[in-house]
Parts: sequence; C-alpha cells; structure tokens
Amino acid sequence: MDSLGSGVGMLLAAYDQNGFYDELFGSRDIPATHTEAIRRRLAALDFADLRRRAQDAERELYNLGITFLVYSDAKAIDRILPFDVIPRVISAREWAQLEAGVQQRVAALNLFLWDVYHDQKIIKDGVVPADLVFGNPNYRPQMVGIDVPFGTYIHIMGVDLVRDDAGVFRVLEDNGRVPSGVSYVVENRHMMLRAFPDLMSDVDIRPVENYGVKLLEAMCEIAPGNVKEPQVVLLSPGPYNSAYFEHIFLAREMGVPLVEGRDLVVVDDKVFMKTTNGLSRVDSIYRRVGDDFLDPLAFNPESALGVPGIFESYRKGNVALANAIGTGVADDKAVYAYVPRMIKYYLDQDPIIPNVETHICREAEGLKYTLDNLDKLVVKPVGEAGGYGITIGPRASAAELEVCRQKLLADPANYISQPMVPLSVCPTLVEGTIEPRHVDLRPFAITAKDTWVLPGGLSRVALKRGTLIVNSSQGGGSKDTWVLASDPPGGD
Amino acid sequence: MSALLARYAECIFWMARYMERAENLARILDVHETFARDTRGSKDWTAIVQLNADTARFKELYPSATAENVTNFYILDGQNPTSIISAVGYARENARQLRPLISTEMWTQLNVFHNWLHTLGPTDIALHNLPRLCGKLKEACQTHTGITEGTFYRDQGWYFYQLGKYLERADQTTRLLDIKYHTLLPSTADVGSPIDISQWSALLRSAAAYHAFRRVHPRGMTPASVAGFLLFNDSFPRSVVVCTRQVDQLLTRLKSKYRLRRGSIAMECVDEIQAALDAHGIEQVIAQGLHEYLDWLQLRFAEVSGHIAVAYFGLDQTAAA
Repeated sequence: MDSLGSGVGMLLAAYDQNGFYDELFGSRDIPATHTEAIRRRLAALDFADLRRRAQDAERELYNLGITFLVYSDAKAIDRILPFDVIPRVISAREWAQLEAGVQQRVAALNLFLWDVYHDQKIIKDGVVPADLVFGNPNYRPQMVGIDVPFGTYIHIMGVDLVRDDAGVFRVLEDNGRVPSGVSYVVENRHMMLRAFPDLMSDVDIRPVENYGVKLLEAMCEIAPGNVKEPQVVLLSPGPYNSAYFEHIFLAREMGVPLVEGRDLVVVDDKVFMKTTNGLSRVDSIYRRVGDDFLDPLAFNPESALGVPGIFESYRKGNVALANAIGTGVADDKAVYAYVPRMIKYYLDQDPIIPNVETHICREAEGLKYTLDNLDKLVVKPVGEAGGYGITIGPRASAAELEVCRQKLLADPANYISQPMVPLSVCPTLVEGTIEPRHVDLRPFAITAKDTWVLPGGLSRVALKRGTLIVNSSQGGGSKDTWVLASDPPGGD
Repeated sequence: MSALLARYAECIFWMARYMERAENLARILDVHETFARDTRGSKDWTAIVQLNADTARFKELYPSATAENVTNFYILDGQNPTSIISAVGYARENARQLRPLISTEMWTQLNVFHNWLHTLGPTDIALHNLPRLCGKLKEACQTHTGITEGTFYRDQGWYFYQLGKYLERADQTTRLLDIKYHTLLPSTADVGSPIDISQWSALLRSAAAYHAFRRVHPRGMTPASVAGFLLFNDSFPRSVVVCTRQVDQLLTRLKSKYRLRRGSIAMECVDEIQAALDAHGIEQVIAQGLHEYLDWLQLRFAEVSGHIAVAYFGLDQTAAA
C-alpha cells in the first residue's frame, strides 16, 4: 500500500468491507481486478480535497434544483438526492451479462403482457395462477384485445438488482409502470465529469448522456400511422409530483413539451395540446401518470390529473402511450416470483439474472415457511413501492414480528417473503471517513421494436450505517455508475 | 414553426411579470428614507403600504406601520403575496414549469436567488442594512434580465416574456407615480419647497430616471415635469409610453411572425391606450386629475393582460382546432 497518498490512502487502508461483496474491491475469492487503476487514483486524492469536491457537487445539485419533494408531516420539502462521489464500477464482462439479462427479462414480460391481454395461454397452461392476474388491482380488462405496436407494453423498464455475498447479481424487483431515477444517472455523470476530471481521464467509461435521444427515438417508433415528425410530449402530474425534476429533465433531453392533463384535450378521439395558436395534434405520449389517473372516463373517475377520452383515442390507435396501460400486472411483487417460469415458458431459456428466492404467502407452503422463519426473512407487501411496509425479520423486535405475523395471517395474499440478501457494499464518503455502505442497481431499458439498455443505471446507496433500504424516500443517496467499455487485460 | 404550449406562454408571461415586480419593489424600498419622510420630517411608512392597495392586508398582519414591519411585509413576508419573497417564489414556480423551455442558467440563477432569500432574517432587513440589501435584490433581478437576454431562445416564448415584462413595468410606473402623487398631493404651501423637490427626485431615482430626467430637464424640477417624464418620455425604458409601445410591437410580431390569430382584442385595447397617451400633455392630465388618469391606465393594462390570457393561454380551447 506504499503507493497510496496520505489521507484517503490511510482511510482506504483501514477500510473494512465486513465480509460483504464490495463493488470496488470484490471479495477474497473474487477480487475486482477491473477497478485497480481507479482505486489507485482514488487513493492519490487527498481526503480534504475529496470532501471539498463532494460538498461543491452537492451545492451544485441544490443550485441546479436537482431535487425531489418529500412529504413529511403534510409539508413538502425540496431535497436533493444525496450524491456520493465514490463511483461504483462495473466491468465490461459483467455488464454484457447484465445487459443480456435485462433484455431477456423485458422480452419475457412483454410477451406475458401480450398473452394476458390476448390468449391467456400461460394461465390456461397453469404456469401462472389465474387469480394472480385477474385478481390483480393493476390488471386492466379494458386492454383485452388491444394490439400495441411491436407487442411492446413496457417501453421503459427499471429492474432493481442486488448483488449477494457471492458476487451474484439477482433481480429484486421489476418496475414496469413508471420507473423513475434515470435523470440521476445522467446528472450524476455530469457532476462527476465536472468534479473529478482527473479521476476519469483515460478511463474508458460507457457514456449515458444519449438516454433522451434513445427515448425520443422509441417514442417516434411507436407513434401511430405514418406521421413524418410525430409530436411527442411528456405527460406529468405536475410540479407537486416527487419526480417532477425527472419529468423536466427528460422533456428537456428529448426537446418535447412537458404537459399536464389540463394541457391536453381529446376531440373526435384524437389527442391535442392547447397552444398559443389553438389546438395542435399529439401523436405519442411518454406518460409519467399512473393508469388510474390517466383518464377519468375509463379509469378512476375522481382523477383531475388525467385527460378525459384519452383511453378511447389510444384504443383506436390514434395516439401512442408509453408505458402501455395495464403493465402493473407484470411488475407486481407476487407476479415477480413467476418471472423465471415466464422466461422458460415464452423464450425457452433460463434466466440470465436469477431472482432472489421468493416465498409466495398466498400459497399455503409459502405462508407456512414465512411464518416459521419470520425472524430470518424480509416480508414485503406486494402492492407497495418505495420501501414502505417492509418488515426486515432479523432487524425487527419481537413486537414488530408479532405485528407482521398478524398482518400475514389476516391477508396472506398481500405478502411475499425473501431471505435477507447480504447486499454488496461500496466505499462511501461519510462523516470524516470512508465506510462501506450497501448499494443496489437499477438499470433502465428502453423498448420499442428492440430493447436498448442504458449502460449502468442508478446505483442507490443506503447512507445510514447498516441499513439495507436504499430508496430515496427513505434517506438513500446515489452514486455514479461506471460501465467500463473494455476490461483491463489480465483480469480473471 | 414549433407550437408553444399555451400554459408555457402563461408561465413565461408571469415569470417575467413577477421578476419585474420584485425589481420595482426593491427600487421603491431602496429610496424609502426620502420616500417615507413627510413634510415635517417624521417617518411615515404607510405611504409604501398604499402602493399595491395593500393597506387592509398589512393591517391584518401587523399592528403598526413601523419601518421594521413594512420592510418585513414587503421583503420577507411569505404571507404577503405582494412581497419580494412571494414574487420571486411565484417566478421560480413558473420557471420550474418552464424548465424544458428556458436555459439552465436562467433557472439556476432564479433558484439560487430564491434559496438565498429564504436565508435572510431580521438583521438583513434592518434599516442600516436595507440599502445594501436592496442593492443586492435589484442586482439579482437585473442578473435575471441579463441572463435571459443572453441565453433565452428567441421564439414565441421570448415574446411572451417581453410582453409580461413591459406590461408589468408600465403598470408599476403608474403605481409609483400614483402613490407619490397621492400621498404628496402638495398643499399649496408645499409646492416647490425643498422637501417636496427631494421627494420628487427620490421618485425619479427609484425608477433609475434621475439622470435621464436631467438630460431632458437640465434645470428645475416640478411635479408636472417629473410625472410627464415618467408617463410620456419616448426614450426612457420605464416610461409608460415606451412600455406601451413595446407591448404593441410585441403583439404585432406575434401575429405577423408566428401567425397567432387571436390577439386582436388585446391589440385594440393597446391602441386605445396609445391614443390616450398621445392625446394630452401632462398639464392637461394634471388639471383633469392625475390619479384618475393613472387609475384608468392601470385598468386598461389589466384589461390587456386579461385579453392576452384569453387569446393565448388556452382558457377556451375546448372546441375543435
């Protein structure tokens, strides 16, 4: 370690990954050879300098308004997503596999959705239980028989991955409705390029800034008819949505209007936006509004965010929507357990990225196992997002476990359970030192005819020592995620 | 030619208005000392409170019109919709929705300005710090104007920005004049007395018009010449005539360059204002009642604003294209 400089070198020398797989160091059995050069450069930085640059970066995020709203005690607070400056690095070899795995998963889920809204073969063949689909609150009978371009329902997909102590990536969750977070991937990279040009020079990192271009291409590809230059818009619930910054970001990157429901109107089953010169036709909508709020005539009649009549326009093929309506039936936490079987059923392949072992409490066997091993399992309600309602068995008190048990018994179908995955860690700058913190990874995939996966994705980091919940709404932060264009020679 | 979302036009119009409003308020507070002094030299802050017809709201929130209360009311009080912090907050909310349209630099500056305002406390607005603070506030507004000029893409949005700015400025100039005239309505004995002149010169300074005025009127200063300058001078960027002419040109350009068909009523209304501004000299206006004249102008400007909203901001677009 004599090549290490003072300060951070000492801190990295004292760094202890506590037996977890480490994204920068690997593990005793599988050392991360691809990060060697980056580690050396990191070590050469002075700790005070690292700290100062990190503070500059956070101030810049705040000044740029790269913030999300947190609702607490009925007050909306504008907060930045804390940004950790120590990057997470994925080798070219690992990425090739992740990319193929994400593409495979998206393909299977789209085939599943087509099937669900057409022939329902997978149900008739007994692979996926019928009531899991038809009893799912996100199943939309209105979608039955509607043909979507290229058979694609999930145009924008976020797959939550975790890496266990053996260094194996596993799928924790699918996000096929309105996945968010991609703006941070691009902004984090901007931030790193500005704050750490010295760290990044000569490292061949796959770029991420073309996400908006790829998204616009897909939105044009799915636009109906033979419109030469389709009018694409991004439909947002508005400034009070917690992901509003991302809506702004994506509209800017695509160069399209960021509209709200009140900006759109349906006339003769065609969608128009209100402009300074009257109504103007809209062809393709990237909607960041949930199914329920899309069209008060077709779905939730209480919704003020939506556009009355937009579903009828969509049904008639006059406008494209991404994601399609009704995708929630495929990214449900209960349906998730069946995805490996879907991959086998539709593609006749084994999953490239395995699931985390999952027990389905709606099944007697799964419920019994869960109740018997409550203190070892993570119990998740299937309908919630954002880390809410989760009970982490090994961390829960006896009273909390009892509450969980009662909930399970009262409504077993609402829960799944999984073993506690020893999430990989990554060196993270915390108060005065560098310590391991748990991370996950959410790659993003865009699909029209084909699937393109953004190299890397959002690495979320649980900033509180020991915590496993990385969600931004629960105090998590994020890191820049580097995918190496090629691995250094000599690595495994 | 790409279409402009009606809501964007509305947001940009109002963003410009709020920033212009904030700047004007900072200008007025900046010269407060002279401004608030009555003929016996005591401080009377109620004059400023009358500016936006805020008296009722002020009385609800504060027991008395002390310097501390009034400056707080107009700079830091988020409960007062006509305060600087509110105006900048509204401007920022509009800018936030306009992010896809405006430059990152415009947004960042506004965001930083807004965040900075929220760090201010009683010490910052204390009387001895007030000139410094107002200077910073003005500068921040002018930085906004400069960044906008230098970075904002020149399409329809730019025209709506300018429309908002000039309409607000025209309105603010009439208010400035009105409140001054209103509270300083000179008793016969006071006319031309030193105290009166110092207040009229303060009025000019608050509109950054003192030197421009001196170039036109090297000698002397009468209430009529000051009022005439702020209303009718055809080269001063804050005069009502110049602002109205800008509004007229902007509406014409929106029609000719962007083929916007709906602005005719707003344009007619502007024509009417211009005709009125051309019709009478300042002496005649004063003889017939300056306050009534300013009142009429304010109502007309509000009308123009309303017609612009109906024409361009998508309020009645449920019918087919």
